Formats: sequence, structure tokens, C-alpha cells
Amino acid sequence: MFSKILVANRGEIALRLIRACKDLCIKCVAVYSEADVNSLHVKLADESVCIGPAISAKSYLSIQNIIKAAKETNADAIHPGYGYLAEKEAFAVECERNGIVFIGPTPENLRLAGDKIVAKKIMREAGIPVIPASPGSVETVYDAKKICHEIGYPVMVKASGGGGGRGIKICKNEEELIEDFPMAKIEGRTAFGNDEVYIEKFIEEPRHIEFQILADKYGNITHLGERECTIQRRYQKLIEEAPSPALTPELRKKMGEASVSAAKAVGYVNAGTVEFLLDKQGKFYFMEVNSRIQVEHPVTELTTGIDLIREQVRLAAGEKLGYAFNDLSVRGCAIECRINAEDPDRNFLPSPGTIERYHAPGGFGVRLDTHLFQGYELPIYYDSLIAKLISFNLTRTGAIRVMKRALEEFRVEPLKTTIPLYLKVMDDPDFRDGRFDTGYIGKFLPEEDEDDDEYDDE
Amino acid sequence: MSDTKRIEVRAKMSGLFYRKPAPEEPSYVEVGSVVKKKQVIALLETMKVFQKVKSPADGKIVEILVENETPLKDDDLMFIIEKG
Repeated sequence: MFSKILVANRGEIALRLIRACKDLCIKCVAVYSEADVNSLHVKLADESVCIGPAISAKSYLSIQNIIKAAKETNADAIHPGYGYLAEKEAFAVECERNGIVFIGPTPENLRLAGDKIVAKKIMREAGIPVIPASPGSVETVYDAKKICHEIGYPVMVKASGGGGGRGIKICKNEEELIEDFPMAKIEGRTAFGNDEVYIEKFIEEPRHIEFQILADKYGNITHLGERECTIQRRYQKLIEEAPSPALTPELRKKMGEASVSAAKAVGYVNAGTVEFLLDKQGKFYFMEVNSRIQVEHPVTELTTGIDLIREQVRLAAGEKLGYAFNDLSVRGCAIECRINAEDPDRNFLPSPGTIERYHAPGGFGVRLDTHLFQGYELPIYYDSLIAKLISFNLTRTGAIRVMKRALEEFRVEPLKTTIPLYLKVMDDPDFRDGRFDTGYIGKFLPEEDEDDDEYDDE
Repeated sequence: MSDTKRIEVRAKMSGLFYRKPAPEEPSYVEVGSVVKKKQVIALLETMKVFQKVKSPADGKIVEILVENETPLKDDDLMFIIEKG
């Protein structure tokens, strides 16, 4: 086992990792930027090293500075958390080259997971359902018609230069395709400087379901059940839960097996997530492998009783997995709300500032992962996730009640947060009945004005 | 008379001030640049979200008070524009 782990992250996840080290009786080193001198993760770690200025590119993203900090403090392993360097192949390679264990998947895993086209090809060959799509870019309306006839309507015509939902046309039938296909090419050229377009089957009212995977270095792989991550805004998850109210035991078994096959197909090691889209008819399609610990991992921890960070450390140290999903006593329901310092009434505009009045919720069934404290000043340099509030109860109705009570108790003044939005969701009959798709959150938001460019996402 | 033509452009919230869209690209405006109302003259990054700073009127940039990549507080003065 390791004697000292360097935590290469900040915020709530740095605290989560430091706490796991303490539970494992392993010394831990925090790294911090000049803007994070007064952060809780610096105070709670056994040692800390400043790795550069406030701007992430020069501190939390500096491979060189982080490796140097690990060597100076004699850390024998690094946990990257999520974001920053967690999925950077070059960082995992550099750790290896310096004789430091990267707590996560192999560089090869990271490379494959990052190449979505290759990953989908591997999955298709492994017999895992993938969203039917054109094999490459489509040139003519004639070819487009032929492809769409095969994959079936509705389809999505996607500009290859687009992304984040932009440059997409949805065609419900051949007439619409004939009309929209040339438009998509012209728009691609003018908006993204590239008229290559792809065609993919359009999944209506999909749910986003992902499976937690654990794998050791000896080929033992298990899944730990699913997480329901359908409630999102602009591809950012807001509320997650385990288990999904949409899965029957049969579907769970099928998707669980597919996720294990997916992990096997890429020779996956350590903790990861296999993401699927689930359609209204209960058909599921592979989306991608997330080769890191995920923000929403606590809901799996609460329903399985497995400490996923501890497992990551254990597996990275070369220990055997030692159990499978069926060995676990999975029970109850856990819900996570990502509390962001954003104003849901003003198009989710960030809300920086100093916390003048702070009260953390607690009590039966409440877990709060946060780096906040009274008097903490939120740096302008980092993202707006300020807390993950997680509720647990034996029933989903119970977990919703606990969440509502905890949200009502939470005080982070004077910041604007997403708490009021989540309170509305907890009271919503559709949410309570588990009826939602990826467009769900829109019903609580004012119509977004496309021309309103007062601010743009990154 | 001349004072009434001078318009201040202040930060709507705290954030990092950028004079250019990307490090390798030229600045949006320089002192002396003629600008149109709603023209983008800078960016403000707050917690990973970029907001465009727009000129409040047609006119000319007469002063730029902060350097590229400076962290600003809410209401800090960024530009002075002469209405024209």
C-alpha cells in the first residue's frame, strides 16, 4: 500500500480524497494555487505545496509543477480527482516515468476513452449497442437518404465542427431531410468553417443512465449498479440518483452486463463509468466511457456501501477486486443535488462573493460534500460547484423528503445558488413519479433567448 | 460639456478581465478605437463563465484602465468611452 498520496485537485473533491486517505491511514499532500491559500483542503491535509498562480493553466493543470510537488514531498501516488488532469494521458505517462502511481486507469485506457470514434467502433465490435450512425461524413442528399432509410427516422444531422448542441438539425422524415441536409452543410461551412456533416439516429426524450465500473489489474471487473443522470442543463448534470426509477431488474441486468463487456473490451482498470442513452422503449445505446471518478459517485457509495475512493486506491496499489455486484447488499435510494453558485433566475449567471452566513444541513440520511465555511471567499478563477448535497433513504419518496428538508436548511448567504430550483424539483409531481427526460429542467426555466449573448458558456 | 460625453464602462461582477478573445489574437480595442454600440470590447471570466463586455454607445475608446488578465472586483472601472 502507498505511504503518501498527493491530491492533485481543489474544492470539494480534494476534501473527499484527503478524508479517504485518513480513513486508509495514508499520509496526504495537498497542492494549491495562490488563490486557494485559505482553502479547507490545505488546512486538512498533512502537508501542502503551492503549485503556482491562481490561473488553473499555471497551477492545477501544470503537470510539471505537480510532479515536482510529489517528488519534493516523497509521495508515491497521485490522485487526480475529476477534471483538471484526471483524464490527461500525458499526465498518467509522466507519473509512470517518475515512478509515481497514477490512481486511475492506464494511459491506454485514457487515450481510448478520449477518442470517441474509436471507442464506439470497439464497442460495436464487442456487440454493445451503439447509436446507429453514418460511418463517416455524408456528402450528398442521395447518400443521406440511403443512410437514413437504414437507420430509421428521426435522425440528427450534425455539423462535424459543432458541439454542445450547436450545429444540429433534427429530421423526422425524408421530406425534412431533403430540405435540411443542404442547409446543414451550408451552415456548417459558415458557422464552423467546415461543411462535413454526420448523420445519427435521434433518440427522442432520452434518459442518461450510467454504470459505475470497478476493475482490478487481473481482469476482474464488476459494475456497482447505475446512476440516473438525466436531469441536466446544457450537458451539465444537476441532479443524479441511484437507482434509476426507469430501470426494471431485467433491464438493469442487461445494461450492467453490457457495461462490464464495454470495460472488458477496452481492458479497463480502476474506477470508471460507462454512459448510455436510454430511449422510451427501453432500448439503450453506448455513449462513452468516463475514465475518472465522477462528481456523482456518492449516490453509488450510499446505495452499495462501497467507498469508491478507497477502492480506487486499493486497486491502484495492485490489490484484487474481491467481489461482484451480486455479492453486495444494494439497498435504498440516494439523490444528489449539485449546488452551484449560480442564479437560476438570471440564466445561471455565476455568483461569486464571500460567505457571510453559513449553515450546513445535517441529520438522518444527509451527506454534504463541500469545501465551504463561514467567511470563505469564492475565487473567481474556478467553477461554480460549491457543494454536493446527498440524501439517502430506504425508499425514493423518503430520499426526496430528506433532500427537501436538507435544501430548506442549507444557508449560503449572500450567494445566489441553485437551491431554490432544486426545491421546486423536489415538489414536482413528474420528478416524484420519476417521469423525466434530458429536457426536463427546461420546464422550470424561462424561455432562453438565443440572441441574448450577455454571457456565453465557455 | 465634454464630461457628459464621457461614459464609464464598469464590471458587472468580479471576474478576470481579458482584452483579447484568445492569447494569440489581437486585442478587441485600443485607445483611439472607434466602437459601435453593443460592440464587444473585452471579456470578463467569472467562475469559468465568459461574459462579453459591450460598448454602451457609439463612440471612441479614450481610456483603458486595466491590463489584460487582471482580476476585477464588482463595479471596477474598465473603460472610458467618448460618445460620438
